[in-house]
Amino acid sequence: MSEKTLEIITLRPDAKHWSKSRDDKLDPTNPVLFLSPVMILVIWEIVGQLNLIDTRFFPPPSQIAVVFWQQIASGELFYHTGITLYRVLVGFAVGSIIGTFVGITMGLSSLARVTLYPLIAAIYPIPKVAIFPLLLLVMGLGEGAKLATIIASCFFFLTISGMSGVMNVPHVYKDVGRNFGANYWNFVTTIALPAALPPIFAGLRLSLGTAFLVGVSIEFISAQEGIGWMIWHSWELFSLPLMFVGLLTVSFLGLVLTFMLDFAEKRLVPWKS
Amino acid sequence: MPLNNVAEKTPRQDMGRVAQMPKTIRSKIRARSIGKTFGEGDHAFVALEDFNLDIADGEFVSIVGPSGCGKSTFLRILAGLETQSVGEIEIVREDSAKALLNVVFQEQSAFPWLTVRDNVSYGLRMRGLPKKTIKAVVDDWIAKVGLKAFADAYPHQLSGGMKQRVSIARAWANDPEILLMDEPFAALDALTKTVLQDELLELWEANRRTVVYVTHSLDEAVTLSDRIVVMSSRPGRIREVFDVPFERQRDAHAIKKDPRYGELIEAIWSILHDEVVSKAK
Repeated sequence: MSEKTLEIITLRPDAKHWSKSRDDKLDPTNPVLFLSPVMILVIWEIVGQLNLIDTRFFPPPSQIAVVFWQQIASGELFYHTGITLYRVLVGFAVGSIIGTFVGITMGLSSLARVTLYPLIAAIYPIPKVAIFPLLLLVMGLGEGAKLATIIASCFFFLTISGMSGVMNVPHVYKDVGRNFGANYWNFVTTIALPAALPPIFAGLRLSLGTAFLVGVSIEFISAQEGIGWMIWHSWELFSLPLMFVGLLTVSFLGLVLTFMLDFAEKRLVPWKS
Repeated sequence: MPLNNVAEKTPRQDMGRVAQMPKTIRSKIRARSIGKTFGEGDHAFVALEDFNLDIADGEFVSIVGPSGCGKSTFLRILAGLETQSVGEIEIVREDSAKALLNVVFQEQSAFPWLTVRDNVSYGLRMRGLPKKTIKAVVDDWIAKVGLKAFADAYPHQLSGGMKQRVSIARAWANDPEILLMDEPFAALDALTKTVLQDELLELWEANRRTVVYVTHSLDEAVTLSDRIVVMSSRPGRIREVFDVPFERQRDAHAIKKDPRYGELIEAIWSILHDEVVSKAK
């Protein structure tokens, strides 16, 4: 007969378990947040210096930094960044504002919904870059066609999120509005619009990312300036450091604008937990 | 006091007959032959049938019944959020400058995008009252429901009980002639529920008005009401109406020790039990 062994389980205050991790949110003040990009750059530099990677394609960060500085000093970088930012932001703003307006109208009015939804559903899946050549023919080589393509890209995200935001207002809130004497205009301003704000912000996030994507792509095809043009031009020149300067700039702009959107959401949607 | 004594004073009624009213008090609400059918054809579902009820001015009436007996449907019809299929409801309005009826809803119905203060003031703002009046009334009601420290908080920062306090304050602050309460405490834990029941009893006794209260909880019904309407399950009809024998300025805890309390609950319970079990067979 074997002897039974008794195991003693002690529960301690510092016990760790995967189910306990609570910090799911990104804290922008956490210095560790910057550690991984910095580490990548350091490793990249080291393997580049040791010639473990082909530095023709992946020039080490120090080399990129030199070009980066030259571009800043000459004002070239700011010039191109400014142009791209202008296109992306104007396209984003105009497309999103019109899209939100149309989406909310579609959410509120079944007539607008029945009329517009088939068109929206049919045009939405077309990659907007694909209509750029048509717009070039119609609007010429100026800024018009570029802006219109970005506007069209942003427009659809907001029509769809604005519409579903208004249509999915929980019924109990409509009952409350009705019971407390809200008229139609009160319903729109105090119930439908605030209820639609969180999905609208989700739409803005998608819209902003797409505005960059489309903006830079269009500059590849048809532009003499802008970050997209800079990237494409550096390919023609086979100037890889310059190409990386362009890529890093786009990445940085996207990051900054996303943070700004997060900040705006915190201010405008304070009830979101 | 034995139960038969209570029952003697109880204006009982048969299905379909009009509930008797004390003659000196005029009815605030008269519901006549209300019926409600949802859907059509094979999918038709009769939620309410031949529902007749008179409610006196200033009376606190509870409606209890098995799940799905149409008690909430009646409340929603009364509130104008649903329309009956047949029948008529007459409501006596005293002051057209005042709100006629407001609902304290079942679910957590505080607007998530408004602070406690803006939620409570909602009805007053919709009626376009002067800002000064609104502020005074709202501050008063926020204090009455114990949310002073949370006046500028959003609902997601509050517990379930606190959110329901917001809904109560929103309805009472609007000072309607009739208050409709649709299982306001159903989602709360037993302890919070008891606390809020006590608070509600106190509020009502200090600010009397006609209340129609829908609940599952017999304790709640007996503690709060003047009369209890017991409904049958599908289709929802009135099975019986009980008078609650306790005097006003009630002590919610003292009446629980009164033998009549248990007897009344037992009497209602036996009807409901019969309804649920016999219909299930």
